[in-house]
Amino acid sequence: MSARTQTETLPTPRRAASRSMRAEETLSKALGYSAIVFTVLIIGIPVFWLITGALKTNREIFSPNPQWLPSQVMFDNFTKAWEGAPFGRYYINSFITTILGAACEITMGITTAYALVFVRFPKRDWVFVLLLVALMVPEEVVIVPNYLTIANWHLVNTYAGIVLPGASIAFGTFLLRQYFRSLPPELIDAARVDGAGHMRTMLSIIVPIAAPAVATAGLLSVVAKWNDYLWPLIVTSTADMRTLPIGISWLLDQEGNTEWGVVMAATLFVVVPVVLVFLYAQRFLVSGIAAGAVKG
Amino acid sequence: MQNTARHPANSIRRLIKRDWREWLVFLAFAGPNVALFAIFTYTPLINNLLLSFSDWNMISADKNFVGLQNYVDIINDSQMGKVLLNTVLFTSSSVLLVLLLGLGGGLLLNQKLRGRNAARSILFTPNILSGAAIAIVWIYIFDPRFGLIYTVLKPLGIDSPKWLTDPNWALPAIVIVYVWKYLGYATVIYIAGLQAIPGDLYEAARVDGASAWMRFRHVTLPGLSPVMFFLILTSILSSFQSFDIINVMTKGGPVNATNTLIYRLYELGFINFAIGRAGVIGMVLFVMMFAVTLLQLRYLDRQVSYA
Repeated sequence: MSARTQTETLPTPRRAASRSMRAEETLSKALGYSAIVFTVLIIGIPVFWLITGALKTNREIFSPNPQWLPSQVMFDNFTKAWEGAPFGRYYINSFITTILGAACEITMGITTAYALVFVRFPKRDWVFVLLLVALMVPEEVVIVPNYLTIANWHLVNTYAGIVLPGASIAFGTFLLRQYFRSLPPELIDAARVDGAGHMRTMLSIIVPIAAPAVATAGLLSVVAKWNDYLWPLIVTSTADMRTLPIGISWLLDQEGNTEWGVVMAATLFVVVPVVLVFLYAQRFLVSGIAAGAVKG
Repeated sequence: MQNTARHPANSIRRLIKRDWREWLVFLAFAGPNVALFAIFTYTPLINNLLLSFSDWNMISADKNFVGLQNYVDIINDSQMGKVLLNTVLFTSSSVLLVLLLGLGGGLLLNQKLRGRNAARSILFTPNILSGAAIAIVWIYIFDPRFGLIYTVLKPLGIDSPKWLTDPNWALPAIVIVYVWKYLGYATVIYIAGLQAIPGDLYEAARVDGASAWMRFRHVTLPGLSPVMFFLILTSILSSFQSFDIINVMTKGGPVNATNTLIYRLYELGFINFAIGRAGVIGMVLFVMMFAVTLLQLRYLDRQVSYA
């Protein structure tokens, strides 16, 4: 009713429409910018609390009137954290298990996806279904039997024991398979006619073309291995084999509630390397994940 | 050369030989991956089922077949109802919040705005951080005497809830942390979904005089439905598996207020060494996840056949 009277008072309906559209656009822009501000606050404030916590003295942290900013910037908590637990060792363990695990995953992801798309094999689809089944079995469900297997092989508390059960890859294989399938088959035919074997076709033609998908799958592997928690928690038994996430949760059990500054500093040890990788490579990760979801 | 090649028996032999080579390549390429799955996924799944019928405690040499005893024990376990309720409450509230807030964020950020990509990346960042590290930071944030929330509420004269030690607040606290970690993932997926909706649909709707709400209702929502379906299922799966946050923040407590299926599995298996009963929980979890994944696969099939 009111909309109609408004239209009548305005010179032409078209101008009315464009005016209401403009108002709508301004409103939605305003909401958009408030969403950006809200996002920055909701993610930023906890991160701010983490960083300032690592810089505060105990007296500042345990004051009944907590301040937002430390009175002076000091790095004692970082040195205390580094000395309080073998963080150098945790870093080495995390780097080794992450690189080994991600290398296994990405290698097998590429070769399996290549085989599923380009190599003839009877009942090839059954292999695909087998991988689908693997995707349905979460790590947690098979964790007790896997611990027993690793114990039988005398690999508890070793790098091989940490890496092996998670070395195979299903999700990344699908991601790559999907990408490989979208490539023009003429490419491969041409290479095969030229006499290139599968290994050469894969390494010098398919992998370079599929570099964005390989980067996405690789990053997903690296991040997952670096952050892995349950399995390394169970399969490591001494401090010198713990990875960073396990190391900081041990530090928390020892010092939590008494040394928040030290614990926050240690948390930064774990978080900063991944954030640096993400800053550098986020366009691969974000767009790759999005593409995977939208294509299905 | 040409003559022999044209001979039918020879060409078949050559074909067979080539096929045989191809099969070897296939085995070399896909074999290791499948073999590792056989060792660390398929076999353990069956072993887990077998263990669920035994009374083994991981240490003793005795391992007796006890039939369905562990299943009966789990059904009669007074904690089990609480654990299932917690799992349902945690999953439904965290999935709902991630989906709705993510949709809001996706819709608002999917415009030409300065700093939009930066905001998207910032929102996504918690998703790549270690769950254990995030959980530790949030324990400090929730601390009712020195934490961030206390600091924010104090000038307003409001007492901070005793989040992690109060059975009524512990589960909401875990949900908050979970949503904080996974919201950015949903937003990124929604934005991608929104960008895949053809712009001329909106133009056509505009020309027909459709209001913003009608465009949302009849263009955006149907266009987003496959992405939403994907998000619902992946969020359910990841919330079922959310172990690190719970183990670090509450260890299932206080008084089982945050004890979910995945935590109970760990508790029974690696704290109580009740391998059989842990096996039962593992099977329950597997059946639930299997059902959700089957739904997802049916959706993938539909996507493929319509593509």
